[in-house]
Amino acid sequence: MTPMVKAEQVCKSFGALQVLKGITLEVDKGQVLVMVGPSGSGKSTFLRCINHLEQVNAGRLYVDGDLIGYRDRGTKLHEMSPRDAAKQRRDIGMVFQHFNLFPHRTALENIIEAPIHVKRVNKDDAIARGKDLLNQVGLLEKADAYPAQLSGGQAQRVAIARALAMNPKLMLFDEPTSALDPELVGEVLEVMKKLASEGMTMVVVTHEMGFAREVANQLVFMDGGVVVENGPPREVLANPKEERTKAFLSKVL
Amino acid sequence: MTVVDSPPPASPAAIDAVPLRHPWRWVAAVVIIVLLGLFLYGVATNPSYRWSVFFEYLFNDRILMGVSNTLQLTVYSMVLAIVLGVILAVMRLSANPVFRSVSWVYLWIFRGTPIYVQLTFWGLIPTIYSKIQLGVPFGPSFFQLDLQALSIPFLLATLGLALNEAAYMAEIIRAGISSVPEGQLEASTALGMSWGMAMRRTVLPQAMRVIIPPTGNEVISMLKTTSLVTAVPYTLDLYSIATREIAAREFEPVPLLLVAAAWYLAVTSLLMVGQFYLERYYSRGASRKLTTKQLEALAKAQTTQLGEPHV
Repeated sequence: MTPMVKAEQVCKSFGALQVLKGITLEVDKGQVLVMVGPSGSGKSTFLRCINHLEQVNAGRLYVDGDLIGYRDRGTKLHEMSPRDAAKQRRDIGMVFQHFNLFPHRTALENIIEAPIHVKRVNKDDAIARGKDLLNQVGLLEKADAYPAQLSGGQAQRVAIARALAMNPKLMLFDEPTSALDPELVGEVLEVMKKLASEGMTMVVVTHEMGFAREVANQLVFMDGGVVVENGPPREVLANPKEERTKAFLSKVL
Repeated sequence: MTVVDSPPPASPAAIDAVPLRHPWRWVAAVVIIVLLGLFLYGVATNPSYRWSVFFEYLFNDRILMGVSNTLQLTVYSMVLAIVLGVILAVMRLSANPVFRSVSWVYLWIFRGTPIYVQLTFWGLIPTIYSKIQLGVPFGPSFFQLDLQALSIPFLLATLGLALNEAAYMAEIIRAGISSVPEGQLEASTALGMSWGMAMRRTVLPQAMRVIIPPTGNEVISMLKTTSLVTAVPYTLDLYSIATREIAAREFEPVPLLLVAAAWYLAVTSLLMVGQFYLERYYSRGASRKLTTKQLEALAKAQTTQLGEPHV
């Protein structure tokens, strides 16, 4: 079976600054990968490379067997046109730390925006599906509310529903609970747990070790742009092998 | 189902305090009313104002035609300027270095020279380019237009005003686009939108909130800048008709200036009303306050919940 995400020696630099120094990992279909590590370690950059918000400088990154960002024409790679890149992203949902909901649209309008205008889904079907998704994240009564009227937890759940509306085969979460008040973290993690139990393939950057232990199939600890440790979460959390992992975990646990 | 219907705790009596007095507000109001009264009395009684002439010409046919021409110049040139301004702003922000430079040079030239000079120049276009030919360079021509034979001062005035204004609108629109957080474009991109669609559906509608107030300013300013089209020369706008045509004939500059001023003021007031409604439309979602519609829905939900236990 082709893995959903396959990274081979992925490198990314911003000018002289090398942020990713050869990331190699795989995520199988239906699996949940959680990435942890100190800030600046490159977790978010790696996540953004997966849906080509950042272009990889070296190495190869595949989603469901497709090379991301480039066309492989035998001897040489060709930069992908914006149109083809947009097509690749349609199947990859992304949830941001600061939600990035569209403030001028209601919760429901946020969700149906991309299906209608990108996928050209019939409007009535999109609304029906949108309401169904809102119901799944427990916010059907907030369909007509604008993002500014939602709490952080509600906004993030709407953002998850918005990503799901495109029927993605892979969901990326970039610190989805880091901007939330502590008492609102649980409701967002609940939705993510449910999603994982339904078999969604997920890559999650987070500081929620409890979530990692409970939901993840694979835990990656990153530091300084490299994967320091990679394994089943209980093992990595309970018996870290590397000094750097031990030092980090002692601070967050 | 049980109804929690305990009597509300006895609430304390509302505070009945003596309101704070503001004597200086009253003093200021009296002083200003007295001064204003004196000024108005002077204006009404001073024969130089020639109010009879003012009222005679306020709804004069030539004046009304001037108002209509001024309005048309304003609307056509503003619409052109906004369309061109959006294009220039998007070019300025695009990743394409050629577009970026073209937009920069346009702004440099049109903001860097006075509008009066530009309008004079537009008036000279038929002299400089007497014919417009469409065809193969140095080869046969398929289409030919004799500019000198046409009488096109209105068109030239509109173009002159629009191309100058487009440079200013481009900057206003660019500022609006830059005010939208980066995450908005990112979220749209992540949903599979192209750059153009993200601009059109996500960024520009949000930028409108920032774009509209200065654009209202520009429209009002344009209404008055139309009085410069005499440089083209175009002579059928409000200002030219009132001050050059009629005032020169009647030797009555003061009342006719007042006629022109009254019309400019009236149209500006109308434009301000339009701006108010536009701003309200584009501010949706900007506030946490619930809209009337949402409040009604919530109230309805509340009453149905209260009604439930009896069913």
